Amino acid sequence: MLEVNSIEIVYCDVLKVLKGISFQVPSGAVVALLGSNGAGKSTVLKAVSNTLELEDGEMEDGAISFDGRRIDRLGPERIVRLGVVHVPEGRGIFDDLTVLENLKVGAYTRSDRAKIRADLEAVLDYFPPLRQRLPFQAGYLSGGEQQMLAIGRALMAHCKLLMLDEPSLGLAPLITGDIFRIITRINREHGASILLVEQNAHLALSVASYGYIMENGKIVLDGPSDKLLENEDVKEFYLGITDMGAKKSYRHVKHYKRRKRWLS
Amino acid sequence: MDSANFHILMQLLLSGVIAGSVYGLIALGFVVIYKSTTVVNFAQGEIMMLGAYFCYYLVVTHKIPFLPAFVLTLVFSALLGMLVEMVILRPMIGEPVFSVIMITVGLATLLRSIVGLIWGHDTLPFPSPFGDATFEISGMVVSPTEAATVVSAVILFLALFAFFRYTKLGLATRATAFDQRWAFLMGISVRKIFSLAWAIASVVAAVGGVFLGLMGGLEPNMSFIGLKVFPAVVLGGLESIVGAVVGGLLVGISESLAGGYLSGWFGSGVKELSAFVVLLIVLMFRPYGLFGKKEIIRV
Ligand SMILES: Nc1ncnc2c1ncn2[C@@H]1O[C@H](COP(=O)(O)OP(=O)(O)O)[C@@H](O)[C@H]1O
Ligand SMILES: [Mg+2]
Repeated sequence: MLEVNSIEIVYCDVLKVLKGISFQVPSGAVVALLGSNGAGKSTVLKAVSNTLELEDGEMEDGAISFDGRRIDRLGPERIVRLGVVHVPEGRGIFDDLTVLENLKVGAYTRSDRAKIRADLEAVLDYFPPLRQRLPFQAGYLSGGEQQMLAIGRALMAHCKLLMLDEPSLGLAPLITGDIFRIITRINREHGASILLVEQNAHLALSVASYGYIMENGKIVLDGPSDKLLENEDVKEFYLGITDMGAKKSYRHVKHYKRRKRWLS
Repeated sequence: MDSANFHILMQLLLSGVIAGSVYGLIALGFVVIYKSTTVVNFAQGEIMMLGAYFCYYLVVTHKIPFLPAFVLTLVFSALLGMLVEMVILRPMIGEPVFSVIMITVGLATLLRSIVGLIWGHDTLPFPSPFGDATFEISGMVVSPTEAATVVSAVILFLALFAFFRYTKLGLATRATAFDQRWAFLMGISVRKIFSLAWAIASVVAAVGGVFLGLMGGLEPNMSFIGLKVFPAVVLGGLESIVGAVVGGLLVGISESLAGGYLSGWFGSGVKELSAFVVLLIVLMFRPYGLFGKKEIIRV
């Protein structure tokens, strides 16, 4: 189980982008982290994988633990070894390595050869289009195939928690549907917990059991997916179902009104 | 072409290949460091030189037999490379490229002064363990040292190629070379990879330096070969291992031919210039170098 406890993140010593974020991903669960562009969703994932340092970001306060163990001081490579794997926004494919090499490099932290080979077969069963493309340069794959490769590569690391940053970005709805179905299967068959970051709230809440909504570096709402899907404000601001037509920012809605709706 | 002229051509090509294998080795070092860390190391020639002097010190001053001395030199160079990476370059991570380059230029000057202080500026002859007896291959004269140079270069090149292509660590190095950020997310220790790249580059350079010393003696100015190798690296495309070797050979051969055929008309400087002329011509037709690649542009 991943526990994130009131973390505060600052970029370049001055720009505070996360102002006390707390959430949990229970073992085996699919949890969605939603919010519009710039809310700080990617920053949350970078904090968990401890790769903020590369962008001059720093965690000023709070704690992150996985299976009861503090991980926010561990190097990124140690975190991967614990089974926490981050698939970044834009997929992070190694363009000039072949598809097979990309999958192999995913298993970098492991040395159980027989199991690695079995996992490779499992990945190719989840994502059949990758099989014929194994010997080709990954940079030439289509966007959907690259997303498959990125998820497949994370599975090669034997992940216990898979963190996906906007897997639907730039993909046609049909392909997105395929990928989300496989994400659900991976969760069920592989037993991996999934932290799903999305702007597309409807899509994410359809596979997640619980959701958190972020705005401006804070979590403004959370709850089980079905409740969130019914919530008037969520409908209005994140699902694009609105009576007024005009798109307003969530924070303009009076706080008490929001709470009241959510509690009822 | 009559047979005497043909013979001269072949002899010139051969000396080009011999010099080119040394250039290729040093170029290989450049490429390994650039590829994995995106640092252009201007101290590559000095690291090569230090390796050569170290081997000389063991063999000539301490009378250690060549083979163990050579192995010790490789170990010394690997450690030197890792030390330079750790002490000088690691603190520079995140600094502007220009500062990092200037640091390597500073390091080059430092190493050159150290060598000058310890061993002086005169040329020191480094007797070859391979003997002086030359032999002939279809009429061309080759010394055993020259043959050993080419053979070692070929072995090193194949070993490195296999390392990058077939080993897990080699794969991790290529992944890191493509994008550090994603390498971190794979659980790759990027620091370890940087350290490894500097170790490999220094070892390869030291091998080049030792053979260069055996063929022509040692002097602090031999490190300027590091700059001469630069056109070879750019020719090859900066990021390609095969390119470094081909670039090295091309520079070696063009120098040798220019020295043989053109220096009568243009003076001996033409030899030094020829590499840059070849470079210009190649870049006119292939701006990314012979083996350089354009980035894949996604649609
Ligand atoms: N490396 C960085 N340096 C400075 N500011 C950044 C950096 N990365 C992100 N930010 C800022 O932090 C905020 C949150 O960004 P991000 O976490 O990428 O949001 P999201 O993924 O929700 O779109 C944005 O305002 C963005 O401009
Ligand atoms: Mg983002």
